[in-house]
Amino acid sequence: MDNWTHSSLSLKEGLKDGLAIGLGYFPVSFTFGILAVGQGLSWWQATFLSLLNLTSAGQFAGLDIMAQGGSLIEMALTQLVVNIRYSLMSIVIGQKADDTTDGWHRFLIPYTMTDEIFGVAAGKGQPVGFPYWVGLSTLPVIGWTAGTLAGSLLGQVLPQRLSDALGIALYAMFIAIIIPAAKKYRPVWFCIVVAVALACLFHFIPFLSSVSSGFTVIICGVSSAALCAWLFPVKEEEL
Amino acid sequence: MSLGSYFAYLLVMAGVAYLVRAIPFLAIRKKIQNRFINSFMFYIPYAVLSAMTFPAIFESTGSTLSAAAGTVLAVILALCGQNLLVVALASCAAVFLTGLIF
Repeated sequence: MDNWTHSSLSLKEGLKDGLAIGLGYFPVSFTFGILAVGQGLSWWQATFLSLLNLTSAGQFAGLDIMAQGGSLIEMALTQLVVNIRYSLMSIVIGQKADDTTDGWHRFLIPYTMTDEIFGVAAGKGQPVGFPYWVGLSTLPVIGWTAGTLAGSLLGQVLPQRLSDALGIALYAMFIAIIIPAAKKYRPVWFCIVVAVALACLFHFIPFLSSVSSGFTVIICGVSSAALCAWLFPVKEEEL
Repeated sequence: MSLGSYFAYLLVMAGVAYLVRAIPFLAIRKKIQNRFINSFMFYIPYAVLSAMTFPAIFESTGSTLSAAAGTVLAVILALCGQNLLVVALASCAAVFLTGLIF
């Protein structure tokens, strides 16, 4: 396992795996487009923002700060906290990356590190190479950007009931990532239950609910993962 | 919002989002041998996504009832091994239909 050379996963396989993500992103970023225009951004501003950021929760949080005219420091801190999970994902993918990911490739790969792309790549029981990563990333980038474009242009004519329904898409996608992982490796169930229980405490207990949502996610996520790593250490071959 | 402040926000957002992803990827190149750290990294994405999803999902549609319907369907379909897209669209459909009926 330490002597990985080239990944056998091709660009084409990446595109195939990325299709569902790209299509799934569309309704989520469509919702972002609607909200962005509602907060006073123009269609190209919203679309450009999605193209350059490629973060779901981060963009929604950023939009709030823009709307309130928050400072750039506040923006930077919020983005740091909401997106810090990508650091951990980058480390994981770095451990799985084969030798096709050297040189300038290394600068391109982190740009498309998202929850879903990570989830699919990390779930592959083999090393990840640059061709596969490019294939896996292409349709999600297009889907995410096009979704925002469509949402910012068409959102205002969409019935409320329909845009309400799209609001759940992001979370449904998260469910589609965590449950298969738990089915594959049972201790993940425990990890999910602990994280959700903690998140509920932070949501419903008056004092704790004043903690910002970004910090809540970090505290709950890190505690649950650390507890699981201690109770159920993962064997090398299962990583 | 002025064009200048838009670009300032954009630069900060995209800059932080990129650096948060790139720095660890570029800096940590050696294989990590520590079993606890490796296990922690294995669990962290699922822990973070779980904490982001629940209980926030129940407030994602404007009605707790329709959100609950979408959640239940998403969980069932994910348990049945359906892919991301099927789960997302079916969940949206469940929310939409529940909203129509109630």
